[in-house]
Amino acid sequence: MTAKGWLTPTVIAVVALVLPLILRDPYPQHILIMILIWATLGTAWNLLGGYAGQVSFGHAAFFGLGAYSAGLLFFHLKISTWWGLLLGPLVATAVAVPIGLICFRLRGPYFALATLALGEIFRLVFTNWVSFTRGAQGILILSTFPTKVPYYYIALAIWGLAMFTLNRLINSKLGYYFVSIREDQDAAESLGIPTTRYKMYALLPSAFLAGLTGAFYMNYIAFIDPHVVFSLGDISVMVILVVMMGGVANPWGAPVGAAIYIALNEIFRAWLGSANVLAFGILVCLVILFLPNGVMGELGQIRRTAFRQKPAAAGGGQK
Amino acid sequence: MSLFGQTVICGILLGGMYALIAIGMTLIMGVMKIINLAHGALVMVGMYITYVCYKSWGLDPYLGMLIAMPALFLIGCLIQKYMINRLVEVDSILPENQVLLTVGIMLVLTEVARLIFKSDYRSVTTGYSSSTFFVGDMSISVPMTVGFFIAMAFTYLLHLFLTRTDLGRSIRATAQDRNAAVYMGVNAPRVTVITFGIGSALAAAGGSLLLPLFYLWPDIGHLFTAKAFIITILGGMGSTMGAIFGGLTLGIAESLGATYISMGYKDVVGLVIFLFVLLFIPGGFKSLTKR
Repeated sequence: MTAKGWLTPTVIAVVALVLPLILRDPYPQHILIMILIWATLGTAWNLLGGYAGQVSFGHAAFFGLGAYSAGLLFFHLKISTWWGLLLGPLVATAVAVPIGLICFRLRGPYFALATLALGEIFRLVFTNWVSFTRGAQGILILSTFPTKVPYYYIALAIWGLAMFTLNRLINSKLGYYFVSIREDQDAAESLGIPTTRYKMYALLPSAFLAGLTGAFYMNYIAFIDPHVVFSLGDISVMVILVVMMGGVANPWGAPVGAAIYIALNEIFRAWLGSANVLAFGILVCLVILFLPNGVMGELGQIRRTAFRQKPAAAGGGQK
Repeated sequence: MSLFGQTVICGILLGGMYALIAIGMTLIMGVMKIINLAHGALVMVGMYITYVCYKSWGLDPYLGMLIAMPALFLIGCLIQKYMINRLVEVDSILPENQVLLTVGIMLVLTEVARLIFKSDYRSVTTGYSSSTFFVGDMSISVPMTVGFFIAMAFTYLLHLFLTRTDLGRSIRATAQDRNAAVYMGVNAPRVTVITFGIGSALAAAGGSLLLPLFYLWPDIGHLFTAKAFIITILGGMGSTMGAIFGGLTLGIAESLGATYISMGYKDVVGLVIFLFVLLFIPGGFKSLTKR
């Protein structure tokens, strides 16, 4: 990588490390942590959805499994929920294998629908399996730390891991395979790429990171129930919109989208009361209509081979 | 045995009304080749319009439907004309942009409804809401039966429209092969606008028929989106007859699941059937009849 290539991540890392020392109030720290959670989840989705082009509508399944792995460890075995950071991602990855085997037989909209159905099945099962999951009552734990600073650094580390994984994958041979599958699966297949296997290579790290985020979410928020962590609208679809807004198939798409989403959410909540989701919905429509490749995608600054460099893509913004 | 019979009949009646909603979606899917995730939200808007007609003027839901349908036709046309059709020209990395736009529309519609009506559960109580009649020793709900027959009547009218009129034929032509239809002089963008309008109007009709049976709140749209999808995939994209079979299958499966497994798991039954159909008969029932 060139010196310039290292500059931006270093600056961002330094800023991210000192930020909680400047913003000492719990409220801005909470917002930063939420941004990091969404940035990690978005990065996980982006790997599968953005790069490999397999638009999943069921990422809440992995997120929720991670969260419930942590929560149920505490609830059944009285082990600290922090062990969930190890168990959660592993459970999510293990479950991703059969999900992948089922869903990768399908393409495009059918794949999206199959993942959507699977996500919903997980939500319904975790709601109804009361003896094991406590159902809609959810799981409540006590927070480990009194302040938000430790949580912030843990979230930052998890996000760092996600960004590192994503960058390593997309800059390797695998990344080019992913993009070729997205652009034309048949052509990729005819060039000798075993597409199902490589889609799986995109899904497994994606599920791992989503599970890790879920387990951290359990530790941080200290309360989960199936309607929150397995939510179709608030997790599965929202993560797509977040990445969409930031920039699909762009390493900075998820963090930027997450920052916009959380910041707007807080601003609109303060201004408009309950209408914050409405404002967000309108914004989503506008972004898709006018910035079809998201904020980072339309900036046109980071142009890798992963992008289609057609003039129409840049001109879409002015229409 | 009477429990089984009652369960199946209840499933068929409910399935007929689901089918009407799903036919709206399958029309849109057939012509536009996109998943319309806002479909349930359109059902919800239709239900609220009928609800308001009932509350302010005491209009029966079956008559309120006649107001909700044109209103939704207009909303559908506007959405298609000014939002979704614009995206056809835009180049983006993921082809799913249009689908995500419908998600945005769904969010907006749901939240507007929440802003106006709050999240309260509402219901319409008419004289016949809880009335039943008996066939043998099976009791059958009156609003379900009426709803079922109105839904079937609409389906028949739609079938006539699609097969007997010029506009209906051009809709079917566009669904089969858009480019070929354009060469034959079909104004494809106009056809898509009208199709989305008709699809929305059917969604409103289905919503109005279900209003006496369901509680109404802004998030109810998700429920109908999910059901409409399952039915559309069961029946095969763009197939009206398939949607009817799909609707009846889902209705019966849910009804049996609710009676014999548990109320909470009845939606799982539908989703599992959905997955199996996706995997083993991806073309839906439509593809089975063609062989």
